[in-house]
Amino acid sequence: MLTATSRDTTRPDVTPTRLRPAVVVVSVLVLVVVISVSTLLGAANLGWTRVVAEVWAQLTGGVSPLSATEAGIVWEIRLPRVVLAGLVGAALAMAGAAFQGVFRNPLADPFLLGAAAGAGMAATIVVVAAPSVTGWVIGPLPLAAFAGAIGGVTLTWLLGRSAGGGTAVLLLAGVAVASFLTAIQTFVQQLNTDTIKQVYSWMLGGLNTTGWRDVLVTLPYIGLAGIVLCVCARLLDVLAVGDDEAKSLGIHPGRVRIVVLLAASLATAAAVAVSGLIGFVGIVVPHIVRLVAGASYRVVVPLSLIVGAMFLIVADHIARTVLAPAELPIGVVTAFTGAPFFLLVLRMNRGQIR
Amino acid sequence: MSNPIRRRARRLAAIALVAGLVTAGCAERAEEPTAPKTSEKQFPVTVTPPSGEPLTIDKRPERIVSLSASNTETLFAVGAGKQVVAVDDQSDYPADVPKTDLSGLNPNVEAIAGYDPDLVIISDDADNLVASLEQLKRQVLVVPAAATLDDVYAGMKLIGEASGHAEEGKDLADRTKSDLEKLAADSPKLKQPLTYYHELDTTLYSATSKTFIGQIYGLFGLSNIADPADKDKGGYPQLSNEHILAADPDLIFLGDTKCCGQSAKTVAARPGWGNLKAVKDGNVVALDDDLASRWGPRVVDLAESVADAVSKASKG
Repeated sequence: MLTATSRDTTRPDVTPTRLRPAVVVVSVLVLVVVISVSTLLGAANLGWTRVVAEVWAQLTGGVSPLSATEAGIVWEIRLPRVVLAGLVGAALAMAGAAFQGVFRNPLADPFLLGAAAGAGMAATIVVVAAPSVTGWVIGPLPLAAFAGAIGGVTLTWLLGRSAGGGTAVLLLAGVAVASFLTAIQTFVQQLNTDTIKQVYSWMLGGLNTTGWRDVLVTLPYIGLAGIVLCVCARLLDVLAVGDDEAKSLGIHPGRVRIVVLLAASLATAAAVAVSGLIGFVGIVVPHIVRLVAGASYRVVVPLSLIVGAMFLIVADHIARTVLAPAELPIGVVTAFTGAPFFLLVLRMNRGQIR
Repeated sequence: MSNPIRRRARRLAAIALVAGLVTAGCAERAEEPTAPKTSEKQFPVTVTPPSGEPLTIDKRPERIVSLSASNTETLFAVGAGKQVVAVDDQSDYPADVPKTDLSGLNPNVEAIAGYDPDLVIISDDADNLVASLEQLKRQVLVVPAAATLDDVYAGMKLIGEASGHAEEGKDLADRTKSDLEKLAADSPKLKQPLTYYHELDTTLYSATSKTFIGQIYGLFGLSNIADPADKDKGGYPQLSNEHILAADPDLIFLGDTKCCGQSAKTVAARPGWGNLKAVKDGNVVALDDDLASRWGPRVVDLAESVADAVSKASKG
């Protein structure tokens, strides 16, 4: 067992560091640039100068060169989509970082504990049972996906605890729950083959038809989870040393795990509800942050939040422009751009990941 | 929600209009031919499906199983309804089809064989269904999903020949073709082509002018906003929300009213869509999902809806 309190299991040669303000300022600035560029360009060829003029007109009360429909494209379609991509990316990336911290496993991702399978199953059941419910503030499908994600994680947690607790047991319970829920989903689909297309087009993930409403309903969950995770990041650093050492410092590892998993799952569920299942963000972004800025969770969690937002905004930008006026599933983009980039970072930091 | 009574009234009006303009008997094709015009002597018959080996059918099939809704509709329209013993779970038209829980998407060979069919008509050889059924000495005819209107007509002739109703099959194809052309000819000539968006689902999948759906709109001189998006030439691209708004189509046709509860009201409530020309002018048309996706005899009904919408839009 390790004895030194300053060691970290993912990267033993680096001591936990504080997050430097300069890094935060720079990354937030880059995020602002990414948001701006992404809002200026899109599938509808409005001309970025005209969009700038529109923004200027909104700010100063002047005359905009854009028609009402074109202004609608910018304010009601493009901007909320960019913001939502940022929120979803931030949620998945910080949840991934948190899961990796709790399980002390570099392969952990936000869907590890059955969130994806739960959401998929619930979404399928809703598509089958209530195909044409409309007019709710939030559609039945996002609600079901949210509840399903939370339900899947809860089931995993209860099963894991009844089997003796511990992170390894929890992981195995997650595998079992995910397989079980996926089996139910497949069974329901087989009985209702006409709904398969709808279910899969949701599962592929995408932000094509989102608006401010989706931003408003996810913001509270993701915001709250973000605050909790950033506050708990220091505790994750302590957990990384080992449970016994954490206890000797007066920290209750079990409670920390519950709080962190709860917050991360809440963020994941909110993200899944509005965007479907977008893979790769939760696992790659924290590692990129770790390789570039250091392995301390005090650095990794907040930076993952910012870099995750950036990454998904860029990915979604590609998804909506590369084949424009057609759409590309965003999951394709996250994997296609994320994987080579990740390998590049790995190579540049040879030997630093164990 | 669309008002079914109003829709029916509109349909009736359209039918009356057509019936008045053309000679009697051309617009209605719903009733089955009274006596089979064709006799046993056309068998054995060899038919050649578009993608596959020629198939020789020795005797008139009397126990047909149909595993796709479009082919079922065609079977009944050519007068082979009495020979059909089972249809799949998606076939629901005409109302008296022998509906079962057979699946065309995940077919169960034993369940199909349980109906002791002498001809199985499918649209897709899922899970090597053809090979499995041939092992059980059952004849299988694959009539694939129509890509174009010509495929629709070819499918009608093919199903007619295979079921012993070659005449009726050819009649149905010719009648469908002439009905469509008549509807198009009678619709107002547009000075400027109207643009349209045909919605398949709420994630904005659409059908281009290359598909049989798009070809029907094309008959009326409508121009499709999905065409530039069809990079893979698959015919069914997913459109960008921004593109639809920027294109600002004159007409919006909803093929997702049953699956996804869409209507003119839900479309108007979508972010940014309230300013669209089609929404403001009341030119959002709720279609029956089935009509807007099946390549059977009811393509004429789809064309009638389009004709209604075009004449309304060209007036306004």
